[in-house]
Amino acid sequence: MEKNIKKVDLIFGKVDYMAIVEQSLKRTRDEIILDVIDSGLRGRGGAGFPTGLKWKFAKNEEADQKYVICNADEGEPGTFKDREILTQVPEKVLAGMALCGYCIGASEGYIYLRGEYNFLLPSLHKHIDEFHKKLKALKFDFTIRICSGSGAYVCGEETALMESMEGKRGEPRNKPPFPTSHGYLGKPTSVNNVETLVFALMIAQEGPEKFKEMGTFDSRGSKVFSVSGDTPTPGIFELELGMTLEQFVEEFGDGDTKAVQVGGASGFCVARKDFKSTLIGFEGIPTGGSMMLFNSSRSMYNILNDYLEFMEEESCGQCTPCRVGCQQLLKGIEAVKKGIKPPSYLEDLQKLSDTMRIASKCGLGQSVPNPFNSIIKNFREEIIY
Amino acid sequence: MSKYKVNLKINNIAVSVDEGTTILDAARQLNFKIPTLCHHDDLCVAGNCRVCVVEQKGARLLPAACATPVSEGMEIQTNSLKVRQARKHIVELLLSEHNADCTKCFKSGYCELQDMSNDYRIGDHVFLDLVKEKDKQPDISSPSIEKDDSKCIRCQRCVRTCTSLQYVSALAVTHKGNNMRISTFMDKPMNDVVCTNCGQCINRCPTAALTERNYIDEVFDAIYDPKKFVVVQTAPATRVAIGEEFGMEPGTRVTGKMVAALRRLGFDKVLDTDFTADLTIMEEGTELLTRLKEALVDGKEVALPMLTSCSPGWIKFQEHMFPDLLANLSTCKSPQQMFGPLAKTYYAEKVNKNPAEMVVVSIMPCTAKKFEAERPEMRGSGYKDVDYVLTTRELGRMIHQAGIDFEKLEDEKYDTILGESTGAAVIFGATGGVMEAALRTAYEIVTGREVPFANLNIKPIRGMEGVKEASVKIKDVKPEWSFLEGVELNVAIAHGLANAKILMDKIRAGEANHHFIEIMACPSGCIGGGGQPMPTNMEIRKKRAAGIYEEDEAMVIRKSHENPEVAEIYKSFLHEPLGHRSHDLLHTHYYPRKRH
Repeated sequence: MEKNIKKVDLIFGKVDYMAIVEQSLKRTRDEIILDVIDSGLRGRGGAGFPTGLKWKFAKNEEADQKYVICNADEGEPGTFKDREILTQVPEKVLAGMALCGYCIGASEGYIYLRGEYNFLLPSLHKHIDEFHKKLKALKFDFTIRICSGSGAYVCGEETALMESMEGKRGEPRNKPPFPTSHGYLGKPTSVNNVETLVFALMIAQEGPEKFKEMGTFDSRGSKVFSVSGDTPTPGIFELELGMTLEQFVEEFGDGDTKAVQVGGASGFCVARKDFKSTLIGFEGIPTGGSMMLFNSSRSMYNILNDYLEFMEEESCGQCTPCRVGCQQLLKGIEAVKKGIKPPSYLEDLQKLSDTMRIASKCGLGQSVPNPFNSIIKNFREEIIY
Repeated sequence: MSKYKVNLKINNIAVSVDEGTTILDAARQLNFKIPTLCHHDDLCVAGNCRVCVVEQKGARLLPAACATPVSEGMEIQTNSLKVRQARKHIVELLLSEHNADCTKCFKSGYCELQDMSNDYRIGDHVFLDLVKEKDKQPDISSPSIEKDDSKCIRCQRCVRTCTSLQYVSALAVTHKGNNMRISTFMDKPMNDVVCTNCGQCINRCPTAALTERNYIDEVFDAIYDPKKFVVVQTAPATRVAIGEEFGMEPGTRVTGKMVAALRRLGFDKVLDTDFTADLTIMEEGTELLTRLKEALVDGKEVALPMLTSCSPGWIKFQEHMFPDLLANLSTCKSPQQMFGPLAKTYYAEKVNKNPAEMVVVSIMPCTAKKFEAERPEMRGSGYKDVDYVLTTRELGRMIHQAGIDFEKLEDEKYDTILGESTGAAVIFGATGGVMEAALRTAYEIVTGREVPFANLNIKPIRGMEGVKEASVKIKDVKPEWSFLEGVELNVAIAHGLANAKILMDKIRAGEANHHFIEIMACPSGCIGGGGQPMPTNMEIRKKRAAGIYEEDEAMVIRKSHENPEVAEIYKSFLHEPLGHRSHDLLHTHYYPRKRH
């Protein structure tokens, strides 16, 4: 099936990253930002905000200090690609941060590292020390520090992440203002996913054209996927965007795949009948990398129950739709399963989840309806009986 | 700085507002009321309850009106079908985690969630009941504040009050997700944490998650006990606020009606805390002059500036946060606690009653006074000096229960002996009032002349600024006060504990040059106290303050030292300020407390 999906090696391939930084420093910031915009690179954490635009907004702000934050709080269930990137090519991530720092005018960068990844700290510190020396040789003033998370899923949300960095409760902020104007410590800040930063570095090296050639109109380039579940080949794969789920399942499925959860606990569940018509990407179903395959031995009720238990616990709890909504969805499907509530109660819950989608404060509550509605829609019988 | 104007449409009506205005405030300008719960005019924006969501044309999400600034060309619908559905869902969700035992609830009729539920006609509960059984046991460890987590809707108004307005941070958000709750350090009981009992959280709680411990039944029991002689004292700030419990405008002066109502409730004597406020001025003023003399003449190490001690919330705050500066705190008890021992000694003797059978009840704008009455050192009379402390709200409730038509009552006067007071005493109710009263008396004692301000109104120390500072030059003094000749008396006033902290930090750092500082725990002073009618906001508090100053001007006597009953008690009982009896009955001491 190799011919169906193009495997790519932009992220994990070894490059002379200092040469890219050195070359980039000779170019103007606007040139680089324009390249990143032109490439069509969108945030690889899942939300997909155009990276070049984010950098441009942050660059256009006037401030005595700006910050680059590398979001390595990889918390989405089923995602483990950032860990691998930080293990295999940490220097490319650091170089990407320096590039971003140069573009937006920041002299300080932070890696917000997921608490569970603290075992990476010694190696990262070593790489950072070496990188600092090399930057010094280039006479480019940029310092990188690491901030360790404490295990809250919501801290992957960029404003909650910054609250956490400031020593406060990790709760999302009201937006606007956005981080590019009022970010960490109130200063303009660009928060980028680990993978995004490496792609930006590669675009700076190779120009936007090569990146643009891959993928589709809305989903340019390639993406690192974390493949898990009922698959003979779990692992991490960098693939060109724009494939259908059918192609993906042909490559990774075990022959009995009944559903794929695209995008982790906050993503969508796609049933077999829709594999062919579903594109993986921003035109279809976007993902931060998590691809979980389920075969017919799995109970979709248990899967939904798991996701909702996760969300109920990981909601920060500040806003009503998310805090109480998650509990109601979870207790609701339990009540339907036990016969305490009639099957029609699922419709009430779907309406509730629509409210969560539009009225919650941050992306967490807004995306709980994704798994809920898609699993209820596709596997209603499994939920009820 | 002129602000840019932003043009937008709300419900198809065009409006132009200042840049930075929230959608909520812009809608208010068009007289559209968007419902809110977590929003409070005194507090910073939270945007977490989401009942204020509105629909914005072209936007995927419903923005929260309280937290979203307007932008040019915005088109907002505040009551579209989408908004109504979302809002109804949100209220239903809040109700599903709220112990809605409204018929039994102290807050019923005053509850913002109940109002909203009525407005949206939320009948049958669609969603499952999520109230946890363990939360149904309220925390009644504190003598002042009852905390009932089963009523909490997690709006965090209390947390923002406790943290930003009061700098206490006894209440905080703990845990996350379904376990997220408002709690204390290590989930300790309320009487075991830094809580100052100020009750500001109660004033801002939209439900009954935080209420005062109420003692209405105990007081009625005492009133109807034929063996008990029950006297009541009323604090200055209650008389301009109790009317609000009966639908009157904030600041309406209803002293006479309140006295009449108390008599109809069955209190044997209706007396006035204002009397002991005047007494406080005599004691505290003398204490200040003594400290100044010791510092300036005797060259002693004296703790200056001297800090007022009328506000029990402030005292506990200082015991926790600034125990190193306790020597600066005046040793005077608060007027409530001066009244108690005098009632059970001097007054009992005068009216020939056995103090063991006396019950002293006080009506206070304050919840910290409940705690203060329980302090073990408050037993100067040999008995518990003040038996029950009721808030202004509780008194309102008692009057309602007794079926008294408050508005139609004819004015009545306080009983005598501990009932006479002056304008100087009544202004204790507003921030700056204790200072003004003290200056009126101290200046006159020292110089023999009235304070050099028109009509005795010391305007520079009035008003709602958080920290106020002023200086009074003392000249042409009487011979016995010659050491004060030419001294510039520097005073400062802070209200709200966050403001108090600003001043205290300066004192601790040695950067303050003040001689005398008045501190009140509650924003705007006692008129904004934690026991006052709800709701509260700056506009309401300003009206109450205006009422206080009108009351002052209407008094015949406006200087504490001219109160004839005060003169009498010094002549026949106390003999002199700071004398032996004063020391026993009217002064106290303080204890350092830990922060955790």
